[in-house]
Amino acid sequence: MKALQVERSLPRFAAARLAGAVAPGRGARVGPLRLVDVDPPALPGPAWHRVRPRLSGICGSDLATVDGVASPWFEPVVSFPFVPGHEVVGDLDDSGGGVRVVIEPVLGCAARGIDPPCEGCGGDDVGRCRNIAFGQLEPGLQTGYCADTGGGWSLALVAHQSQIHPVPDGWSDESAVMVEPAACAIRGALKCADAGDDLVAVVGAGTLGLCVTAALRRFVGPERLVVGAKHPVQRRLATELGATMVVAPATLARAVRRATGSMALGDDDGAGSQPLQRLTGGAGVVVDCVGSATSLAQALSIVAPGGRIVMVGMPGSLTVDLTPLWQREVELVGAYAYGAEPALGRRTFDLAFELVAEAGLGRLVSATYPLHRHADALAHAAEAGRRGAVKVAFDLRDEKGRERL
Amino acid sequence: MRPGFVLEVDRSTPPTLFHHGEGFRLERLPVGSRIVYPPEPLPVLPDIDGAIRHALLHPVDSEPLPALLSPGMRLTIAFDDISLPLPPMRRPDARQRVIEAVLDLAAEAGVDDVHLIAALALHRRMTEAELRHALGDRIYDAFAPRGLLYNFDAEDPDNLAFLGRTEQGEEVEISKRAAESDLLVYVNINLVAMDGGHKSTATGLASYRSLRHHHNVRTMQHSRSFMDQHRSELHSSNWRMGEVIRNAGVKIFQIETTLNNDTFPKPFDFLQKREWEWSLRDRSTYLGATKALRRTPDRVRRSIFQSVLAPHNLTGVNAGEVDAVHRLTTAKVLEQQVVHVEGQADILTMGLPYISPYNVNSVMNPILVMCLGLGYFFNLYRRQPLVREGGVLIMSHPTRWEFHPVHHPSYIDFFEELLAETTDPLELEKTYEQSFAEDEWYRHLYRTSYAYHGVHPFYMWYWGAHALQHLGGVIIVGGDPKTVRRLGFKPATTLADALEMATDVVGPHPSLTHLHAPPLLLAEVT
Repeated sequence: MKALQVERSLPRFAAARLAGAVAPGRGARVGPLRLVDVDPPALPGPAWHRVRPRLSGICGSDLATVDGVASPWFEPVVSFPFVPGHEVVGDLDDSGGGVRVVIEPVLGCAARGIDPPCEGCGGDDVGRCRNIAFGQLEPGLQTGYCADTGGGWSLALVAHQSQIHPVPDGWSDESAVMVEPAACAIRGALKCADAGDDLVAVVGAGTLGLCVTAALRRFVGPERLVVGAKHPVQRRLATELGATMVVAPATLARAVRRATGSMALGDDDGAGSQPLQRLTGGAGVVVDCVGSATSLAQALSIVAPGGRIVMVGMPGSLTVDLTPLWQREVELVGAYAYGAEPALGRRTFDLAFELVAEAGLGRLVSATYPLHRHADALAHAAEAGRRGAVKVAFDLRDEKGRERL
Repeated sequence: MRPGFVLEVDRSTPPTLFHHGEGFRLERLPVGSRIVYPPEPLPVLPDIDGAIRHALLHPVDSEPLPALLSPGMRLTIAFDDISLPLPPMRRPDARQRVIEAVLDLAAEAGVDDVHLIAALALHRRMTEAELRHALGDRIYDAFAPRGLLYNFDAEDPDNLAFLGRTEQGEEVEISKRAAESDLLVYVNINLVAMDGGHKSTATGLASYRSLRHHHNVRTMQHSRSFMDQHRSELHSSNWRMGEVIRNAGVKIFQIETTLNNDTFPKPFDFLQKREWEWSLRDRSTYLGATKALRRTPDRVRRSIFQSVLAPHNLTGVNAGEVDAVHRLTTAKVLEQQVVHVEGQADILTMGLPYISPYNVNSVMNPILVMCLGLGYFFNLYRRQPLVREGGVLIMSHPTRWEFHPVHHPSYIDFFEELLAETTDPLELEKTYEQSFAEDEWYRHLYRTSYAYHGVHPFYMWYWGAHALQHLGGVIIVGGDPKTVRRLGFKPATTLADALEMATDVVGPHPSLTHLHAPPLLLAEVT
């Protein structure tokens, strides 16, 4: 079957890193990702199912892999070669057709055949699984990073029963493929649940930023929600999804300053047309949906003393001055995946289905590509905002050979 | 001196000068268009210092100044700030001449408790260099080091005095030092008909609590125009407040000066000539200057223009009781500026220069472009606007997305944040004014740095409220399209494009009037 596969090749990773530095997403042309013909993954056990992907999204973490800039942290928790793609809606192969499912990609204790489960999985908080490199599967924190399971950027993958969520009738594939990123966003948004009357600021308005905005509006309901959005399509969607104020990233600090009545510090008293660097007050909670050094530095500059930064975007290795974190006693909190949400007494994925439907997040899917145009797809995804897009996905519904599997 | 006049464009009319920020354009107007030219400069007083002394010794409706001065009294001299005149005048500035004369008389009378206050209301503070330019080194060195020469601070509650309310409930709160002095001498430069009179003290030395009663959308929409004292609600409100100030026992000795409109120094004095009278040298200077300016970096070009000192000088000086003085002043301003124009046009064109009252030594940001065009220039009329209701205003200006880093901090937020939401003056006033006016950071920058007050960009926007209500469309030629759209206007690359676009609003074959300013004029439109 056709699949896009990442191989462990240091020269290719190095080439991808160079190409990705020139233009994000360019690592696809020279890096470790290649379109190959491989055998479909074997079913690891009786509770496993084969899934034929219909749509599979391209995530920021995928782009980091393709461009060779993913954190070395992941090395022990992935296994090569792997097929990327963890945002997946597909057909359940043994259903006889007609049953579409969304994959909850974390490969926790249940999928790995580990019993009793670890503390995380035992509490249904699979994102905090302690065994992601152990058990019956090769290491891999998620489907899409594990050599045994395959991934969404192919014609077939295998999924454990615990990972499978049926798609409700009447849903489009575009809506279904947004469930996984929506779940990530909800995880982050719920870490702002105690924001109270404080201003909540969202840095970044790509897929995650927009989904976080929608999740904050639905599950947290901050009175004031400001979003830094760079591109017109992002600004429009951020407003539609519930931001009370949408500003350009360069003016986010100014907007937060004004909204919170904060003072500002700087060489020119912060009054310049340059972005403000330091506020004396700021937002009670800042959600960083980018995960870059710049976005984290901005979050640190606009969060209030004693406030919280929720990191939803995948960061990687960053160089950031953490003095404000220390001096202003700021909490830095990660929000990685999904599981149980005790505050609401439900699972993140269940909430995600609700959010996608209510907020109409299927509209965020802006473009789809066949596998053989992966270089174009990844370039598009890397420049989505600038090109008027949000989520770019691979469309496998019309791939040749799909029906023969 | 030749009076102003209206030229009807024919095939032999040379291209017309449009100011265009820190540059110029020559545009060929359609045949049949009308160009309103300002009068030529009135003659300067032959003995300026003698005239000043005469005014102080022979005031109107007041005792001579020496009779009002006595040992042990508290004397406060307030003066107009950096916003006047435009461009700044050559040394010695009118304020220096007048205040030196006042101080001489005060010294002769043994007055030793004297404060000098720059009456800047919510404008930015004047720098030392600007104060030295306006008052001269002698005054600055004698008073500033001892803390007796300073900028008015409208946010210093300990130094404000509440004097009461007008019959319409308008609160009057002004400088405590001025209010509690035995005599307040106000020294003004009266550039346009709106300046001076009771506005000097009731606005220049007032706090936001007071100013908000007339610096608002309703007042501006009911000032048609604010250059016409008989039809200006702005004028009426200030005069009501002046009455409160008078009734509170504040004794004001008003000294008003008028300038001629000799605006541009040599070799650029041709900019105030009529184009067909440009000499060969004028044309060469124009071509050379425009070519050189195109190659000059923005910052350098701005620095060149901002260093221009105008040769304009005093045509009159009057002192005494506020109303009586201002009647004489207004007559002199009108003598210099009035041009009779018959009928309104479908389209009004104007070229906006590099300077407005609020960007002296600063950047003409987009909000100031709006204010200069729709506020000041549009309102240079009496009786009725130069353009008909529903007509189109075409302005020429680069209109860049740029702001002065220190002077206009709240303007940046107003432009970036608020104008992205709405350009409706009433909505802006209702929803956002108070939060900007009471923002502690803006307040801090106004008081300690050189920033305009947080509410100031609102006032600039309100200044254009009457025009926004009156016009069917606004087009900016040669402006940055994104910036122009943020203002709520339409961008055009050329005047021809703008005229074509305007016909969508006013119909085919529109009539057109061009306001040939600066130098400033006041159109009497019948």
